[in-house]
Amino acid sequence: MPESMIYARVRSNPKFHELVRKRSRLAIALSVIVLGAYYTFMMIVAFAPDMLRTPLSQGSNLTVGVPVGTAIIVISWLLTGLYSHFANGEFEALNNDVVREVLE
Amino acid sequence: MSRILVLLAVSACVAAAPALAGPGDLGGAEKQPINVIAIGMFFAFVMGTLGITYWASRRTKSAADFYTAGGGITGFQNGLAIAGDYMSAATLLGLSSMVFAKGFDGFIYTISFFVGWPIILFLLAERLRNLGRYTFADIASYRLDQSKIRTFAAIGSLTVVCFYLIVQMVGAGQLIKLLFGLDYAVAVIIVGVLMVIYVTFGGMIATTWVQIIKACLLLGGGVLLCILALSRFGFSLEAMAAKAVASHSDGIKLMGPGTLLADPVSAVSLSLGLVFGTAALPHILMRFFTVPNAREARKSVFVASGFIGFFFLVVCVLGLAAISIVGTDPQFFEGGKVGGKLLGGGNMPVMHLAKALGGNLFLGFLSAVAFATILAVVSGLALAGASAIAHDIYARVMRKGHATEAEEMRVSKLSSLVLGVLAVVLGIMFEKQNVAFLVGLTFGIAASANFPVLFLSMYWRGLTTAGALWGGLAGLVSAVTCVVLSKAVWVVVLNNPAPIFPYEHPALFSMTLAFLVTIVVSKLDNSASAKAERSRFDDQCVRAQTGIGAAAASNH
Repeated sequence: MPESMIYARVRSNPKFHELVRKRSRLAIALSVIVLGAYYTFMMIVAFAPDMLRTPLSQGSNLTVGVPVGTAIIVISWLLTGLYSHFANGEFEALNNDVVREVLE
Repeated sequence: MSRILVLLAVSACVAAAPALAGPGDLGGAEKQPINVIAIGMFFAFVMGTLGITYWASRRTKSAADFYTAGGGITGFQNGLAIAGDYMSAATLLGLSSMVFAKGFDGFIYTISFFVGWPIILFLLAERLRNLGRYTFADIASYRLDQSKIRTFAAIGSLTVVCFYLIVQMVGAGQLIKLLFGLDYAVAVIIVGVLMVIYVTFGGMIATTWVQIIKACLLLGGGVLLCILALSRFGFSLEAMAAKAVASHSDGIKLMGPGTLLADPVSAVSLSLGLVFGTAALPHILMRFFTVPNAREARKSVFVASGFIGFFFLVVCVLGLAAISIVGTDPQFFEGGKVGGKLLGGGNMPVMHLAKALGGNLFLGFLSAVAFATILAVVSGLALAGASAIAHDIYARVMRKGHATEAEEMRVSKLSSLVLGVLAVVLGIMFEKQNVAFLVGLTFGIAASANFPVLFLSMYWRGLTTAGALWGGLAGLVSAVTCVVLSKAVWVVVLNNPAPIFPYEHPALFSMTLAFLVTIVVSKLDNSASAKAERSRFDDQCVRAQTGIGAAAASNH
């Protein structure tokens, strides 16, 4: 079967559209969270730096900025784990279904 | 980071480092007495990696083996290799010295360096793997005019590779002169020769393993140093911060945002360049083709960003520790004057910290790791350059796909040899030059000339050959123009009193322009070929999403 015919069959498979819809939705949502958090942080740095200069507790030398910054790194890494979990699990299974149905 | 610390920027092996690098005096590294421990450890590293190269050379039989290790690298291994590309001497030295000098501002830079990785995973990784075979030009030219787009993409890759190679070579020479006490030229030649050996004999297999080993050494060394540092403060970050605040001239202001990133335009332009420049660096992109499928590609970004994020946090702790341990110890300052000029330059705090906490043995180890880091990165660059010449320009454009695999392999090995010689010659020519501007240029070009074409080819049906060419050209010209008119070139190199372009990083402007031009020209293009190109988007989309028809792993 020529490749263009395979591709046409994939496109007519409803599971393919389900895959694209689900995976794109997750990818876009997570990108918005990561970029949103990062650019919010940068805007606070630029316009309201005092928020980040607040001490963590009375007399502490550590500021609120330290856990906030660390959280941006740690949480965005955890989100890569979340994406990989779904993309390599549920979506990959869906993908394999599509490939099997089309090629058989 | 290293605006201040040029050396480091230069030595920077990372993709990212450059973006932060700024003007400084490169020629200033003074030669130190020969460091026997460092040289001994580096020698051991070289012996080990040459052994790996020998092993790899026996497994490198086909072009796929040479360019992509036959797609046989696992997600975890590739994750370590990507992390290795990103955690360079530059990150270790540069980010830690940034925290040492500026406190919290250094931490902000560190975060900016990191956030590109999740985005690469969410938007690019699986599509790159499913559409690409050996080079990023494979993807950009997938449904567009093969000769034109491939040539343009290959030239874009080669420009980035050459500029970045110069930066690395000059950095290597300076760093090695400083840490090992070897002559500049000797250092540059050692790097050039080893790079050519790794690449021509071991191809991607050797290049990947050199990077993996180096990543482990750097991670291990950094973590050990971090534990030693924390033990000085009873493993309390609060105690470490209290000591740092007491020792630093900025006092408590150290722990909050300062003035460095107060301008949001600069901050956004910097982060755009970092995020999207990284996503379009040829030696990073080619790592996505070394894994067998999209599943492993995703896993490798998850692994890579975990290691990178962890390492970056460790590096920040090292910088904070250095403020009180190195910053108050007269032995690390020129003339013993605390608060004056650091011995060896502004990017040395972490090296001094190693000496303070682990003696000469640890310093030697860390120096050897820094050298190994540069070596690993230049090898990746040379391989990326060689594949652009051999696969894109020679096999696809000049021979229209009729070259045999043996011919293509021969050309790629010859290309890496030529790139090696070129790197050594340019490295020596640029010894006394300030090359910091090349760093901004590299990232600017990657983000503005390469990224828009790469991104739109995967995401926008409307893209046409004419749009891609004009948009890429607009990005290239505007990025180069902005950098030339910025402080790094206009003031530092050309000695004008004030910069015409007020920001250090062009990406916000040049990348936006590139996208606009690409979209407008594509929209206006109603030729028959443009229609055909648009109609091929559907098939491309299926392959990008499902991996059907994607280049598979060869068997081994």
